Amino acid sequence: MDDTLFEFLHSEVVNYVVEGNNILNKDNKDEDLSNLEYIGFSVGYKIIERLTREMARFKDELDMMKFVCTDFWSAIYKKQIDNLRTNHQGVYVLQDNGFKFLTKMSNGKQYLELAPRYVAFTCGIIRGSLANLGVNCLVTAEVQNMPACKFHIQVQRT
Amino acid sequence: MAVCAAIIGKDNSPKYFTCLNPDEELGFQYKVLSSLDVIEEKLNSGNKSVSDTRELYLGMLYSLEKHKIYGYVSNTKIKFIIVIDSTNTSLRDNEIRSMFRKLHSIYADNVCNPFYIPDEPITSKSFDKSVKHIISGI
Repeated sequence: MDDTLFEFLHSEVVNYVVEGNNILNKDNKDEDLSNLEYIGFSVGYKIIERLTREMARFKDELDMMKFVCTDFWSAIYKKQIDNLRTNHQGVYVLQDNGFKFLTKMSNGKQYLELAPRYVAFTCGIIRGSLANLGVNCLVTAEVQNMPACKFHIQVQRT
Repeated sequence: MAVCAAIIGKDNSPKYFTCLNPDEELGFQYKVLSSLDVIEEKLNSGNKSVSDTRELYLGMLYSLEKHKIYGYVSNTKIKFIIVIDSTNTSLRDNEIRSMFRKLHSIYADNVCNPFYIPDEPITSKSFDKSVKHIISGI
């Protein structure tokens, strides 16, 4: 039940942000999804405080990533990340073969150009949760074949 | 029960502070802030020996003539500190642990409050009330 509500709420949030953009700048071709990303950031920042409450302390960054791929992803999307890859130098790639917000759309190329709207929120969630855990990073998403989605996490070291 | 409780943020800036007797507040602040070094030490040594240091509860940080200071650090690097009167020997380790758990849990609730800006000091009255409730042990 709460799954469905979450999906409806998410698609309304997307619509709200996209429509707000349309009013502001009609002729801009590149959509500005930073608001959507920021909403995700706040959600991620807050939710991680709750989810890690009963957890043992993380050993290192990889440990945090594993947490994001398993417990964190299950808590939000009711499934785990299908594949986690890293170069051990601060780049992580999380692959979800059936990303929840994309599974309801056609698998063909028809809506491919609209896909960024539906992954921006999640990029924000990942960035927010890692930021609260003390890892500053850039998160981008890549959609090639429709329900599958790859999230690239680049840790910023200062 | 506890005489003082404090929450310190990621960057060691105070987020919240309360104690039973307002006249002693300055002294307690001093004690709490000087315990931050002990916390840092405990966290860093934890990286070498993974054994028991992975628990969020750090146990007693140090004890003074009149007080004992206990610490707890969340995964998000928020430090919780509780000061207890040394004469209070009836308080067990487990009770202190559960006090920290409760404190962490209301802190997490407070972070989820949409009107709370992350990393700002906590000014919520209901939060203050629940913390006082926890440390007075009723």
